[in-house]
Amino acid sequence: MAGKDASVLTISPDGPLRGSISTFGALVGSGFRRYTTYRQATIAGTFTNIVFGYVRCYVLLAVAASTLDGRPAGYDTEQLATYVWLGQGLLSVVMLWGWAELAERIRTGDVAADLLRPVPPLMAYLAADLGRAGHGMITRFVPPVLVGALCFPLRLPTRWQTVPLFLLSVLIAVVVSFGCRYLVNATAYWLHDARGPIMFWVLGAGVLGGLYFPLRLLPDWLAVTLWLGTPLPSILQTPLDVAAERDGPGLQLALVALQGCWAVALLALAALVQRRAERRLVVQGG
Amino acid sequence: MGELRAYAALAGAQARSVFSYRSSFVIELVGNVGATVFDVLTVLVLFRATDRIGGFTLPEALLMAGITSAGFALADFVVGNVDRLKTYVRAGTLDAVLVRPLAALPQLLLMDLPIRKLVRVVFGFGVLAVAIGLNDPDWTPARVSLIVLAPLSCAVFMGSIFVISASLAFWWVDSGELGSAFTYGGKDFASYPITVYGPAFRGLFAYALGFAFISYQPALALLGRADPLGLPSWAGFAAPVAAFAVAAVAAGVWRTGIRHYRSTGS
Amino acid sequence: MIKTEDLRKDFAVRVKSGRFRREKRTVEAVAGVSLNIGAGEMVGYIGPNGAGKSTTLKMLTGVLSPSGGQVEVCGLRPVPQRTKLALRIGVVFGQRSQLWWDLPLGESFALLRHIYRVPAAEHRERLRRCRELLDLDGFMDTPVRQLSLGQRMRGELTAALLHGPRVLFLDEPTIGLDVVSKQAVRSFLAELGGTGDVTLVLTTHDLADIERLCERLVVIDHGRVVHDGTIEALHARYGSRRSLVADLSSPLPEGFELPGATLIGVEADRHRVTFALDGVTAGAAVADLVAAVPIRDLSVVEPDIEDVVARLYVSGAP
Repeated sequence: MAGKDASVLTISPDGPLRGSISTFGALVGSGFRRYTTYRQATIAGTFTNIVFGYVRCYVLLAVAASTLDGRPAGYDTEQLATYVWLGQGLLSVVMLWGWAELAERIRTGDVAADLLRPVPPLMAYLAADLGRAGHGMITRFVPPVLVGALCFPLRLPTRWQTVPLFLLSVLIAVVVSFGCRYLVNATAYWLHDARGPIMFWVLGAGVLGGLYFPLRLLPDWLAVTLWLGTPLPSILQTPLDVAAERDGPGLQLALVALQGCWAVALLALAALVQRRAERRLVVQGG
Repeated sequence: MGELRAYAALAGAQARSVFSYRSSFVIELVGNVGATVFDVLTVLVLFRATDRIGGFTLPEALLMAGITSAGFALADFVVGNVDRLKTYVRAGTLDAVLVRPLAALPQLLLMDLPIRKLVRVVFGFGVLAVAIGLNDPDWTPARVSLIVLAPLSCAVFMGSIFVISASLAFWWVDSGELGSAFTYGGKDFASYPITVYGPAFRGLFAYALGFAFISYQPALALLGRADPLGLPSWAGFAAPVAAFAVAAVAAGVWRTGIRHYRSTGS
Repeated sequence: MIKTEDLRKDFAVRVKSGRFRREKRTVEAVAGVSLNIGAGEMVGYIGPNGAGKSTTLKMLTGVLSPSGGQVEVCGLRPVPQRTKLALRIGVVFGQRSQLWWDLPLGESFALLRHIYRVPAAEHRERLRRCRELLDLDGFMDTPVRQLSLGQRMRGELTAALLHGPRVLFLDEPTIGLDVVSKQAVRSFLAELGGTGDVTLVLTTHDLADIERLCERLVVIDHGRVVHDGTIEALHARYGSRRSLVADLSSPLPEGFELPGATLIGVEADRHRVTFALDGVTAGAAVADLVAAVPIRDLSVVEPDIEDVVARLYVSGAP
């Protein structure tokens, strides 16, 4: 695991690790700053997230109100409200919706410029995405959570480890989401037009990631299959369940570990795909 | 007449453009059905946990979701792409449209008519048909006319909301996803019985903005149920009125928007 | 054909003033332009970036409404009578396409026939002429997205002309084109203008377009017309002169004077000299020079319009 991480973080293959890390850090910073320039779009998007938050929260609370024990799928009303409002905030942090930048660069051929840089494209994009997520954590996560807390009773963490585990889980979720988005975009190397795959990703990620409803509302066998068989629940459902303290400490840790496995697997796969694609570009000349 | 032929030619060109990317077209077609399927699926999943939401059974809730789905899909098909207006304003495409001898809005819509979304319309009306079958209402002439009028009014209503939201771009090019709060947000809002919402939020969306009248009130009238929120049963028949009111607002906003664009440029 | 009287366009822009405050300020993009362009004229409309060229063009085509003044094109008021006017004018935006990106070029033309409601026979005849003059036959069946910029621009010109417009507005029609395509576009426009059927208004940054095509030149700066007349009138007004460059076999004697000319350049140890011709003909000046000093080579240099216009832009501010 540690060895794997180190090899992933190596940016210039010959350079010392420290140089790589500072390059990576600089790229993260530029990703962060880039998004600070989209201030108006951020405000507009946050408003929209909040409106959807109201709709989803009221609907789930109505479901809870009409169940016998008031705990659909094992969530009480405070946990449901927490689930919805943190979900509306995280939605933009993990960037569940479309990211087509790479596919667009592949389509136009601009990607060749990425290959000329001394930083592997996968790492450069990951760094930029982490910077973007950091910016999102401040601008897009906080407002819906504040609104939710003002209008609904949210669950305050009862265990000390919940907050650090949640933050870790969000970080991993960003990497998992990035890995998926990168792979979806990379199909453009072969298909030329990645709009179809991107569309399926947007659709699947919303429903099967746990945005529309907590996946625990599905039959158990289906929920478990999704969790183990696809990375999607690791993007939204896991961090939200951690924050809502849906499960005991042991199971929460296990879910976050599962997330970590998906993150590593997806990055490795993305690196493999990128290598193949580069070879193809070199051989076929784009 | 000549004008209609010109619009038909525009739509035909869009169809041919789309079919020039055949495989993407098929993929997007499937994807579009998927979006509506998931909306309905969400309703079904929620009803796994309970047999009533907001005091309504699954068939009743499905009727509301069905009217909304059918109307929204129709609106999205015809005018949904108007939300690309901000791209057009930014790229100057709007100028190219304004130097042609046709009205601007129909040109924009037909230039980009999303044929792939047609399947969604079929699916939406399919859901509505199933919901009607499940509820088996007592058919009176008034209800028969309502079942035709309700999805159409919903479509006019949602289409107008699309136009109003998109017109924002005339004043605020960076409005980003703001419009979705009212278009897609409105669709989600109207997919459930409005009894589930808190009073303030409901007051704003359901009554001030009128989203109650696109599916909730017509569904009650079809079912012959009294409104737990106290509106009389004829409120269901107010759907076309609400639709025309919003359409009038949309027409005004669009015209003002174009005038504003002319006076400020991009 | 085109008449404007004190045409103005103000934009309100918000300028940052201080950390959070924004101040509304009015910018005059076009500040009182009066033009009178007759039928069949070819007019070059030039000015530095942001001078108000595109804004004027947009007001003439009905895209923007003026903030003040009168404007009339083909006897119509552009904004209120936009769709009527659209049938009588053609517009080519160098950086924006009127064509259908994913369709073969030929289909775009067929579509435009429907949009502008052109009788089939007229359409066929105009298209035939354009195909001939612009040599379109090689790519009529190619989707527009696959055309080179030069091919696309030839397509755009055709698209703007198929409904037989009486005025053709061209906004930077040669921008980004290679030398050959530029030549093709220019000779087509020259031919078109030569017929006298179409009034041409052309904005450009490439002054070679103007020199080749336009008798009349309107220069705008800071929203105001700073010159309206022929290119010769421009030279005369700004005192740009032809010059005589001579390579001498022996150095030019100190204190040498050429009647009617001013010595403006001395190079290569007084072996190469440049005189600006003020009042004399080139022939007289050459004769005087040859009589005075032995000459190896000599050339007469025309005044450079770029220089004049550059000076105009700098000094044009009110």
